[in-house]
Amino acid sequence: MSFIKKPIARHPNLPKNKLGLTRRDYEGALSTLCAGCGHDSVSSAIIEACFQLSIPAHRLAKLSGIGCSSKTPTYFLNKSHGFNSVHGRMPSVATGANLANRDLYYLGVSGDGDTASIGLGQFCHIMRRRLNMVYICENNGTYGLTKGQFSATNDKESKSRKGVDNMFESIDLAALAIQLGAGFVARSFSGDKDQLIPLIRAALSYKGFAFIDVISPCVTFNNHAQSTKSYEYFREHNEAVGFLDVIPENEEISVNYGEGKSIEVNVHDGSKMVLHKLNKSYDPGSRRKAIGKINDSRDKGEIITGLIYLDQNEEDLHDTLLTTEKPLNQLKKKDLSPGLKKLRQVNKSFS
Amino acid sequence: MKPTKISNPEYFHKVVDCQWACPAHTPVPEYIRLIAAGRYTDAYMINWESNVFPGILGRTCDRPCEPACRRVRVEDEPVAICRLKRVAADYKGEIDHLIPKAPEQKNGKKIALLGAGPVSLAVARDLMPLGYECKIFERDPVPGGLMRTNIPSFRLPEEVLNEECDRIINMGVEVQYNKEIKSFKEFLKEDFDAVFVGTGAPKGKDLNIPGREECDKNIHIGIDFLASVAFEHVKKIGKKVIVLGGGNTAMDCCRTAIRLGGKDVRVYVRSPKVDMKASDWEIEEAEMENIPIYENHVPKEFIHENGKLKAVAFEKVKAEYKDGRRKLIPTGEPIEIVECDDVLMAIGQDNAFEWIEKDIGIEFGEWDMPIVDRTTMQSTLPKVFFGGDSAWGPENIITAVAHAHQAAISIDLFCNNKSLKKRPQPHVFLESTKMGLHEWSYDNGYAEVDRLAVPHADPKVTLADRKVEVELGYDDRMAFEEAARCLNCDVQTVFEEKRCIECDACVDICPEDCINFIQNADEQELREDIRVPALNLAQDLYVSRKLPTKRVMVKDEDLCLHCGLCAERCPTGAWDMQKFFYFGAQSHDGCKK
Ligand SMILES: Cc1cc2nc3c(=O)[nH]c(=O)nc-3n(C[C@H](O)[C@H](O)[C@H](O)COP(=O)(O)OP(=O)(O)OC[C@H]3O[C@@H](n4cnc5c(N)ncnc54)[C@H](O)[C@@H]3O)c2cc1C
Ligand SMILES: Cc1ncc(C[n+]2csc(CCOP(=O)(O)OP(=O)(O)O)c2C)c(N)n1
Ligand code: SF4
Ligand code: SF4
Ligand code: SF4
Ligand SMILES: [Mg+2]
Repeated sequence: MSFIKKPIARHPNLPKNKLGLTRRDYEGALSTLCAGCGHDSVSSAIIEACFQLSIPAHRLAKLSGIGCSSKTPTYFLNKSHGFNSVHGRMPSVATGANLANRDLYYLGVSGDGDTASIGLGQFCHIMRRRLNMVYICENNGTYGLTKGQFSATNDKESKSRKGVDNMFESIDLAALAIQLGAGFVARSFSGDKDQLIPLIRAALSYKGFAFIDVISPCVTFNNHAQSTKSYEYFREHNEAVGFLDVIPENEEISVNYGEGKSIEVNVHDGSKMVLHKLNKSYDPGSRRKAIGKINDSRDKGEIITGLIYLDQNEEDLHDTLLTTEKPLNQLKKKDLSPGLKKLRQVNKSFS
Repeated sequence: MKPTKISNPEYFHKVVDCQWACPAHTPVPEYIRLIAAGRYTDAYMINWESNVFPGILGRTCDRPCEPACRRVRVEDEPVAICRLKRVAADYKGEIDHLIPKAPEQKNGKKIALLGAGPVSLAVARDLMPLGYECKIFERDPVPGGLMRTNIPSFRLPEEVLNEECDRIINMGVEVQYNKEIKSFKEFLKEDFDAVFVGTGAPKGKDLNIPGREECDKNIHIGIDFLASVAFEHVKKIGKKVIVLGGGNTAMDCCRTAIRLGGKDVRVYVRSPKVDMKASDWEIEEAEMENIPIYENHVPKEFIHENGKLKAVAFEKVKAEYKDGRRKLIPTGEPIEIVECDDVLMAIGQDNAFEWIEKDIGIEFGEWDMPIVDRTTMQSTLPKVFFGGDSAWGPENIITAVAHAHQAAISIDLFCNNKSLKKRPQPHVFLESTKMGLHEWSYDNGYAEVDRLAVPHADPKVTLADRKVEVELGYDDRMAFEEAARCLNCDVQTVFEEKRCIECDACVDICPEDCINFIQNADEQELREDIRVPALNLAQDLYVSRKLPTKRVMVKDEDLCLHCGLCAERCPTGAWDMQKFFYFGAQSHDGCKK
């Protein structure tokens, strides 16, 4: 942990976004995580993505559970709303918040323990419901905060730092997400910002449930030679399915990748997502193929990364429940009490 | 790009912007840390070893280090490097026992030094401890050169000057005062193993426009005027004084004039004010004393009546810049007549070597200047060396000191029959400052403090007496606060590629976006490709060898705060903060090997 304050001095030529802000205006407190923790890189990618999207800080709520990963919202966007909830319960808090005000960006940050163990039930249901949010799982295969127990995403062949075997099969969160109705499912790596930043941007622009499983090594407990979630292992076994560009509204797509190799998707906020596939036959629009691809790669000992599945039908919980468009705190008495005439009408409909 | 060779001492030396810019390469951040620690004596000694006159320079140095200071790029105002030096000098303790003594047993070599200005004194200081017998010949009755005769006492009190000159002379230097050398040919007949010429650039420039001769009584050459004031030959001046010129001499002249009774003292400059040669702070001080500076005025005539100066006639001009050259074009406005009683002419200095005969083996080149080797300071007559203002024209004290170190090295090599081209190497070492997981032996936090202004004495007192020093200097608390602004640029970020796991932690934390992991390319491309393009070409890129992902680490040195956060966030210790100490070679290093 660093004892000094992060210097306020910054590079005078830092680029500015539409709001006239620099990347550094999206920072949070200085991290207290272990030096080299992948989670810090994810925070930095989130900062960059929000900066690039010119998101006003007060339009975003960051939500988390418990864990090193769940601590990280303190380290970015210090002017945004935040809720650090109970272990594994971030989805219920997110659901409540989102139902009360659909106008904010909701960014959930969780860990593999928080998501795949104690919070697995909540995780499944939030996906079924297609809550409009971005859910990032900083996946290190371990319970970092409680000193390195195996988590449910740790691969069976991946041993502990002290050489102890892992007895159980692992949960593949990306496959689970596709299965359970998440509309945007991606996997990435904390050490690959070129891939991660566009994914976070696209996820923030997507309406519906967007899940990103980010392999984010725990340098202290799970970055050793027999781990499959170490920096080195990941780099040797990464198989990217493609890479993603997010083209802001009113901007032309400049690069052409050849027929069948790229997919363009209009996102509801006006921007375009362009997915450049590395393999022509891969179709991220099909659930079945996406899950198949995850399984195939796993069998080959590869970890697939990139945008794995995309449901272009952008729909969320509010669309299903036909809830009010206005945030609840903006509803006037008039909106809440429709008057006697309307009440009679409603009552009548039950008779 | 090729991987950076950090084993070349000049690479890290250049990162220490102030030290790199200092002609004598004073280890600035080292002495600033010592000041912060209250170790004023040690801070003084480091200065004394490298720049010889810390008390004098702490008040008068031209401070090339300050515009170079990293803090200028990071915020705006440089660290007050110069005024911190003064703090070391003012608050130091007893130092006599720390000063090297000249050995009783001399080495048998005799060196003559012409002039007792800073350059000769510094040569003597370097050579005395080696056993040389040094003898100075000086025209004036006192030592110090222009430091005494021209730098006014309100900037440099006599006691400070005396202390530092005496410290050298008391090493046993023999000085013959009131001795002007009039024939070098004759002088060279004397039995000296080497002769050092440190006679300065003693001739003030004149301006031959109509009326010059007629008004001679009231037109004074600036540097001669200042010398006459210093020697108390001149004690007052007319009420209305015009100073011609825009350099530091002009600033000293006008400020001296108002102390000698001038009521309406004005400075007239040919060029626009922005082009004035005087240092910003000297201009500021003159303006603080309410002396107006008029720009774009070219003197055309001295107007006189009954053989007495009445006024100066000025033509008004405007500057036009073409292909980097300036032309002053008359505006066509009517000639401006400005009444005055006295004129001080501060329009430049020349060398004057009438006393060096042209047939003694010293070759002269352009502008009648002796040909002197830029590195060795040797003239074309092997045993004669030059330095200070006498070598290439008027400079400043710290340049004179830098020349002196080189000349002393050369004289020592020469007297030992060694090649002058084989120069001794600087002393360098690099050591980790790591004391704990996130603890360093220096204060790595960033001080959010603006530069502290140096307090001034009451102008009522200083304007009434030319000997009262205007600046009071920092007190210890202010010095501590100002010292904290130093970024410790000598604590280097050292990268060891074989430890790096490319986790990006350093990239993410760096407050100035210095660090990058990218594909290698040539320098120009790299400069464009990194996170924030490296547009300051004067600052280097630090490039590593290839990493496992085939990328390289590229660090733009330009804005690094030396905050150590990269090293604190690095899980493997691939980054370390290492103190780089660089001390330029001096004559005592020369013949050792
Ligand atoms: C008005 C003014 C203000 C200045 N202010 C500053 C300042 O604030 N900071 C700064 O860094 N620099 C300043 N300078 C410049 C600085 O003083 C000189 O660059 C420096 O003193 C040069 O040192 P030197 O030893 O080469 O020559 P000098 O200091 O000129 O010393 C030469 C000595 O040689 C003697 N001499 C000359 N000819 C002979 C001879 N034939 N025989 C015997 N003796 C001889 C002279 O009497 C003199 O004592 C200023 C200069 C002037 C004119
Ligand atoms: C209800 C409850 N049960 C158990 C814990 C103990 N606990 C704290 S963090 C954690 C696991 C966190 O693992 P993960 O989400 O992967 O986060 P990481 O630290 O690895 O980033 C556990 C079990 C708790 N805080 N609360
Ligand atoms: S224990 Fe692991 S997950 Fe937690 S901060 Fe340290 S490196 Fe990161
Ligand atoms: S910040 Fe300190 S070390 Fe760096 S250039 Fe300025 S004075 Fe020198
Ligand atoms: S010391 Fe390291 S973190 Fe600090 S500014 Fe320099 S490169 Fe960046
Ligand atoms: Mg974990």
